[in-house]
Amino acid sequence: MTTAGDAAAVLSVRGLVKFYGDALVLRDVTFDVGPGQAVVLVGGSGSGKSTLLRCLNLLEPVDDGEILLAGEEITDPRVNADRIRRRIGVVFQAYNLFPHLTVLQNVTLAPVLVHRVPRAAARDRARELLTRIGLADKVDVYPDRLSGGQQQRLAIVRALATGPSLLLLDEITSALDPELVGEVLDLVGELKRDGLPMVLATHEMAFARDIADEVLVLDGGAIIERGAPRRVLDDPREERTRRFLARLRQPGPPQRAAGPPPRR
Amino acid sequence: MTTAWEPSERERARRRLRRRARLRAGVIAAVSTVAVAVAVGVGITHTSGWPRVRQRFFSWSEIAAAWPAARTGMVVNLELFVVCGAAAGALGLLVALARTLTGPVFLPVRLLAAAYTDLFRGLPVILVLYLVGFGVPALRLRGLPTDPLVLGGAALVLTYAAYVAEVFRAGIESVHPSQVAAARSLGLTHAQTMRRVVLPQAVRRVTPPLLNDAISLQKDSSLVSVLGVVDAVRAAQIATSAHFNYSPYVLAGLMFLAITVPLTRVTDHLAARSARRRGAAGITAGSVR
Ligand SMILES: Nc1ncnc2c1ncn2[C@@H]1O[C@H](COP(=O)(O)OP(=O)(O)O)[C@@H](O)[C@H]1O
Ligand SMILES: [Mg+2]
Repeated sequence: MTTAGDAAAVLSVRGLVKFYGDALVLRDVTFDVGPGQAVVLVGGSGSGKSTLLRCLNLLEPVDDGEILLAGEEITDPRVNADRIRRRIGVVFQAYNLFPHLTVLQNVTLAPVLVHRVPRAAARDRARELLTRIGLADKVDVYPDRLSGGQQQRLAIVRALATGPSLLLLDEITSALDPELVGEVLDLVGELKRDGLPMVLATHEMAFARDIADEVLVLDGGAIIERGAPRRVLDDPREERTRRFLARLRQPGPPQRAAGPPPRR
Repeated sequence: MTTAWEPSERERARRRLRRRARLRAGVIAAVSTVAVAVAVGVGITHTSGWPRVRQRFFSWSEIAAAWPAARTGMVVNLELFVVCGAAAGALGLLVALARTLTGPVFLPVRLLAAAYTDLFRGLPVILVLYLVGFGVPALRLRGLPTDPLVLGGAALVLTYAAYVAEVFRAGIESVHPSQVAAARSLGLTHAQTMRRVVLPQAVRRVTPPLLNDAISLQKDSSLVSVLGVVDAVRAAQIATSAHFNYSPYVLAGLMFLAITVPLTRVTDHLAARSARRRGAAGITAGSVR
């Protein structure tokens, strides 16, 4: 096992292994995220995408391998996990907004409490971010008054407000109506252009093709194929990748799939 | 934004029909209520025993004579209610929080908190009152209070804090783990997550059951009379035994009702509101509770 990753990498994952009980859910996962890069995780349900993202944020302990954030090994048990999480922003599939706090309070909570930003400055910064996503007139309402797309953009802004050096996004459009997906993905695209490094799990292949610097295909907790998005998504070498992509393109029962039937 | 809109003829007809139906329902309800009340009143007052019942239970002069002592006693009940309620709330919250602590260092704290709730939830209040009220003075330790009011209050706090701790714990567990995941992801510590994210949501949910416990506490405050404290019930008992007339008990009962009935109404109102909220949140697809 290599001890140090690419020195320039924002995030380095080396030989990551994770068990849930006896079930091996991540097998020897290795990849880097360079400055300004987006690494996209694709793979079927249960392939381990969420677990990998939870490990990166230290919400789950790993069972082997190591994770380096800006060269520092964060899987060392002596590391203060709270201090690491401050530097990583996370957006969840179900938004996980705080229902008892207003839109503005959702955004300012962590900057004030964790990063000791003066309240007034945190508010100004939050207003600025909310204006950018068109929620300037909603600062004082509660999240359940927002549409799904607004809620998810708010969740992204909440994660951004602490100025993270890495963003983790877990299927953030899966709970949205199709018409609302675009506004959320547009925001993520902007962040990528701003140079924020990110690791994201998504089923939106067009978006993945657009944004990814590298695509990792997960199956049964292992990376079965990896590379530039066009190479992996348009010309997959692995049979399992091809089958997965065909299933995505073909909504509805798989037996009704048109075109050359995948060999089983 | 207001748009000019005149209800159609059909809608106006519907409204007239509804108004008439409401009026009819109101008249029927009023007539039947008065009829039943009169029947019950006449039935009771015309039974052969009524004059004796009225004299024994509803004697105006006896009630007036017992009033000053009962009022002084009720102040004791109210004091116990307010002070013990606040103390039990604070102690119960601490115990509930102690049970959420993770990590091996806190194992004894968790065990202690669990043992405390099991013990005091399982014992009859009156037994705790006897143990604390008579047991503690018997120790003859300097610095420990011997005032029966203080000891009785302490016994009530010990018991009710255990109830309250369980209510808080249920509330804390009802907050979805994804809320904790979101807070910790933002870098909040366990304590910050509890205080700023979990507890505010939990407390809102458990306010109705907490008020139920408050009502019980107000009633149980009369149990300190077994230690010799003269509360409203004890004052009524003293007045009763003087003339073998039970009207002072009725007076004490009315005094308790004057406090517990409004509290019950507030509780029902809050419970209905939180049920409505939860129902509304259930419809908004994807909203996180
Ligand atoms: N908390 C957990 N306990 C046990 N097994 C889990 C837990 N979370 C996920 N798993 C299992 O780990 C595997 C990977 O799950 P997950 O990372 O959620 O996949 P994905 O996000 O790609 O759909 C699945 O088989 C799932 O059942
Ligand atoms: Mg997942």
